[in-house]
Amino acid sequence: MSTPTLVKFEDALTRYQPVMGLEVHVELNTATKMFCGCPTTFGAEPNTQVCPVCLGLPGALPVVNAKAIESAIRIGLALNCQIAEWCRFARKNYFYPDMPKNFQTSQYDEPIASDGYVDVEVEGETYRIEIERAHMEEDTGKSLHVGGSTGRIHGADYSLLDYNRAGIPLIEIVTKTIEVPGDKAPAVARAYVNHLRDLMVALGVSDARMDQGSLRADVNLSLKPIGATEFGTRSETKNVNSFRSVERAVRYEISRHAGILDAGGTVVQETRHFHESDGTTSAGRPKSDADDYRYFPEPDLAPVAPDPAWVEELRATLPEPPAERRKRLQTEWGFNDLDMRDIVGAGALDLVAETVEAGATPAAAKKWWLGELARTANEQGVDVAALTITPAQVAQIQSLIDAGRINDKLARQVFEGVLAGEGEPEEVVQARGLEVVSDDGALSEAVDRAIANDPDAAQKIRDGKVAAVGALIGFVMKQMRGQADAGRVRELILEKLS
Amino acid sequence: MSDLTRFTAAEIAAALADGSVTSVEVTRRHLDRIAAVEGDVRAFLHVDRHGALATAADVDRRRAAGEPLPELAGVPVAVKDVLTTVDLPTTCGSKMLEGWISPYDATVVSKLKAAGMPILGKTNMDEFAMGSSTEHSAYGPTRNPWDTTRIPGGSGGGSAAAVAAFEAPLAVGTDTGGSIRQPGAVTGTVGVKPTYGGVSRYGLVAMASSLDQAGPVARTVLDAALLHEVMGGHDPRDSTSLDMPVPPVVEAARRGDVSGLRIGVISELGGEGFQPGVRRCFEEGLEMLARAGAEIVEVSCPSFVHGIAAYYLVMPSEVSSNLAKFDAMRYGLRVAPEGVDDPSAEQVMAASRDAGFGDEVKRRIILGTYALSSGYYDAYYGSAQKVRTLIARDFEAAFEQVDVLASPTSPTVAWPLGEKLDDPLSMYAQDVATIPANLAGVPGISVPVGLSEGLPVGFQFLAPAMADDRLYNAGAALERLVTERDGRPFAAQAPELEVTR
Repeated sequence: MSTPTLVKFEDALTRYQPVMGLEVHVELNTATKMFCGCPTTFGAEPNTQVCPVCLGLPGALPVVNAKAIESAIRIGLALNCQIAEWCRFARKNYFYPDMPKNFQTSQYDEPIASDGYVDVEVEGETYRIEIERAHMEEDTGKSLHVGGSTGRIHGADYSLLDYNRAGIPLIEIVTKTIEVPGDKAPAVARAYVNHLRDLMVALGVSDARMDQGSLRADVNLSLKPIGATEFGTRSETKNVNSFRSVERAVRYEISRHAGILDAGGTVVQETRHFHESDGTTSAGRPKSDADDYRYFPEPDLAPVAPDPAWVEELRATLPEPPAERRKRLQTEWGFNDLDMRDIVGAGALDLVAETVEAGATPAAAKKWWLGELARTANEQGVDVAALTITPAQVAQIQSLIDAGRINDKLARQVFEGVLAGEGEPEEVVQARGLEVVSDDGALSEAVDRAIANDPDAAQKIRDGKVAAVGALIGFVMKQMRGQADAGRVRELILEKLS
Repeated sequence: MSDLTRFTAAEIAAALADGSVTSVEVTRRHLDRIAAVEGDVRAFLHVDRHGALATAADVDRRRAAGEPLPELAGVPVAVKDVLTTVDLPTTCGSKMLEGWISPYDATVVSKLKAAGMPILGKTNMDEFAMGSSTEHSAYGPTRNPWDTTRIPGGSGGGSAAAVAAFEAPLAVGTDTGGSIRQPGAVTGTVGVKPTYGGVSRYGLVAMASSLDQAGPVARTVLDAALLHEVMGGHDPRDSTSLDMPVPPVVEAARRGDVSGLRIGVISELGGEGFQPGVRRCFEEGLEMLARAGAEIVEVSCPSFVHGIAAYYLVMPSEVSSNLAKFDAMRYGLRVAPEGVDDPSAEQVMAASRDAGFGDEVKRRIILGTYALSSGYYDAYYGSAQKVRTLIARDFEAAFEQVDVLASPTSPTVAWPLGEKLDDPLSMYAQDVATIPANLAGVPGISVPVGLSEGLPVGFQFLAPAMADDRLYNAGAALERLVTERDGRPFAAQAPELEVTR
C-alpha cells in the first residue's frame, strides 16, 4: 500500500472546508439484550450469554426489551429530538459471520427519535450540532480473526466468533453535516463525542466507555474547496476508540484528503480504520451509496407506539443537561473557567459536587480532589473516581480541619488511612493518634524551647518583624511531630514576645 | 374391538377417559399402521416410536393414579417437520437442516407435550413449506392416500396424508398461503388456519413471518377444534401473538347450527380456473346449507384477484430474509466449494446454500431479493403491501354483510405427481382461494364436501379475525349435512390402502 501524501493541516484549511458527520453507537446498559432475556455483562466467557433468539436459531422470535425503548426515548429527548408516535423496526440484510440471522434488526425510515440538536463548547465558543436521528438496533457478535497480517477476515487463518454481544441494544446517533471553521473541526468533533458521553452517563442509560466499546464513534469526513457548495466524497473512519482519537482522526483525514485533492486525485468512498499507535488511517472496505441492505419492516415485531403521556413522564425524568449543569455549578462555586476545565478534565466534577453537597466548601473540595487524591489516583494508575474514598469522607476530613482537630498535614495521613481501608476519618484519627495538640500547657513548654533555641528569630519578632514567627512555629511543629494547632502556637509565640 | 385407528380423536379421548383403552394401545396401533402403510404414503420424515410410547405410558400411569388430565391426554398426534422439537430432528424438508436437532421445543410442541399427547413423528412437507404438492421435499414426495399416484397437496401434504391414511388421528400443520387448507381439501381432511396471532409462531421455522400460522389437521371438525384449543393462546415469546383467549371453538364445533347464518359466496372465487367437478361439489354444499337454514348471498371482493400477485411478492421478500440465516456458519449443512483451496467464509456460505436449497427455495429467495432491492422496493414490495391493505378492506366490507365467507378451497382435485413440477405458475395458481386469508390475517377452514372423479373436494369458510369459532360452527354444520347425505363419515369413503407388513 502506498503511503498517502499528507498536506499540513493548517495548509489544507487555506484551501478546503471540512464537512463532518458523526455516527455514534451507544451500547445501552440494560440488564438483558434487545430481543431476548440473555444477560449483557461485559467480559463473560465467549458464547455463554446466548440463547436461540440471539443465536438466530431456526424458529426463534424476538421480543422487544421495554427498558431499551425507554432508554431510547430518554436519549432522544435529551438530544432535543422529536419522538416518533409510531415507528417500526426494519431488517438490514447482509451476510456476515458475526450476524446470526444475516440481517440486523434496526430501524430505517422510521427512527424512534429525529431532528434534534446539542450545543457543545470549544474554547468558550458554542457550536450547535444538529442531530438527524437516533435509532434503535441490535449489536452484532464479535469476530476475532486469527493469523494473517491485517487482523481482518481476509487473509485470516481462521476466525473465532463470540455471540455474547449479539443482540445487545444499541442506539445509533447520527448528526447532520457539521460545518465549523476548519481549524476548530477536530476539537468540535471531540467535544461532541465527549458531550454525548457525559449525556449518556447523566441519563444513566449506558456505561459509555469508549475503551470497552460501549460508546463507538465513526467519523465521516469530506473536503470541499472553500466557497464551493457541493460536498466532496467522504471517507468513513471506524475504530476510533477515544476522545483524543476522534480529534486525531479528523485532523489526519483532512490532511489526507487534501493531499489527494491537491494532486488532482479523487477520494475513494470507503471505510477506513484508525490506528491508535500512529494516528493514521488505512483503507477498509470500499463503500458506495449502492450498498443495498434491502431494508423492509421487521414482520416479527409489533410497531412501537409510545404513549405521549409516557413520553412526557420520561421527559420529566431527564437530568440537567451536562453543559448547563457545569455552568450552574461554576456560578455557584465561584470558580473561573480554568478551575472548571481542570475539574472536568480530571473527571472530578461529580466528586467535587458531592463533596460540596456533603458540607465542604467548593475550594476545599477542589483542593483535595485535584491535589492529594488526584496524585494518589495517578500513582495507582486509576481514575480518581475509582479511589476507595467517598465525597462524604472527604467532606468529613475537611470538617475535622475546620474544627481545628487536625491540620492539613495530618489530613494527608487521614486520607492515607481511609484509602487503606482503616475506616471512617474519625476512626483513623483516633487509631493513629493524629489529633492536634491545642493544650496550652504542652504548647507553652514547646514555645519556650523554640524561643530559647532561636534567640535571633525571637529578637526579630520583638522588634516587630512578625514574619520571623514562621521559623519558631516550624520548630514547635517539629517537636510536636506535626500534631500541634499551628494557629494557637502562633498566638502563644506572639503573646510571649510582645 | 374395532380398529382404533378409525376412531376420531374425540372418540379416542372418550375411550381413554372411560378406561376402555389405554394410550399405549392407541399409540401402538397408530405406530403399527404407520409401519404398514408408510411404504405407500410416505407421510413421515421421522417416526418416534419410543418417545410416543413413553408419553403414552406416562399418561396411562397418571390416569390410573387418578390424576386429572387434559381432554386430549393420550391421543397421539403428528407434527409437521417445520416446528422445532428437542427429541426429533427438524429438517423443514430440506437438505440444509438434515439431522439438525433443535435445542428448544416450539411453543406449540410444548403445549402438545403439556397436554399429554404422544408425538408419533414429524411429517413431510415441501422444502421450508414452499409448494402446493409436497413434491419439493428434499426427502421425496408424500402420496395422496386416496390415489397414491397423486399429490397430497402442500406444503403440509405429510400432515394431511397421515391423518387421511389413519396413521394419526390428529396432526399439526402450518399455513402461509394455504398449506393446511389445500392439503385438507385434496386429502378429504379438515384443516384450519387460525387467525394470525392466534397460535404461537415461536419455534415455527419461518417461511414468511407475516403470513405463517400453525393450525390443526383432523378428520372431523370437532377433532380440529379440540386440537386448536390445545395449540392456541397467547405466547409472550411471539410479539405477533394476540393477547386474547382462544375463541370458543370446541363449543362451536359441537353446535354446528347454520340456521339464520349469513354465508357470503365470494364472486371472484369459483369461476374461471376452477374445475367443473369442484364447482358442482361447492354448489351442492351451498344448497345443503341453504336447506339447513343458512342465508346464502353473493359478495364481491374485487381486490382478491390481485391476491396471488401480492402474495408472490410479500412472501418471497420475507423468505429471502428469513432464510438468510442458513449460512453453514453455526449449524446445518456445510459444503466446501469445489476447486477452491482455503475457501473464505463467503465462499463456504455460497457453496452450502447452493447445495442445501432446492430449486423452488432458490427461486423464491431470488424473487424476494429482487423485490426488496433499492429502486424496485416501491414497485414490488410496496405495491404488494398496498394490495394487502385493499384485501383486508374487502374482508371488512364483506363481513359487514355476512357472518362467514365461502369458496371452494382449491380450484382442482389432487393432480398426478409430477404434473405441475415444471410449471411453477400453475402450481402457484392453486392458492388463489386460500391466499387472501393469509394476506389479511383472517381464519379459514377447509371441510370435505364431496367427490369429483373419485377425489375429495374441499369447501372453505372464512371468518373475521378472532372469530375462528364461526368457522367451526359452519364447518360442523356442513360436515353433518355431508355425512347425512353420504350415509357415513367422509373419511370412511377413502379407498383401503394396501397394507404391507
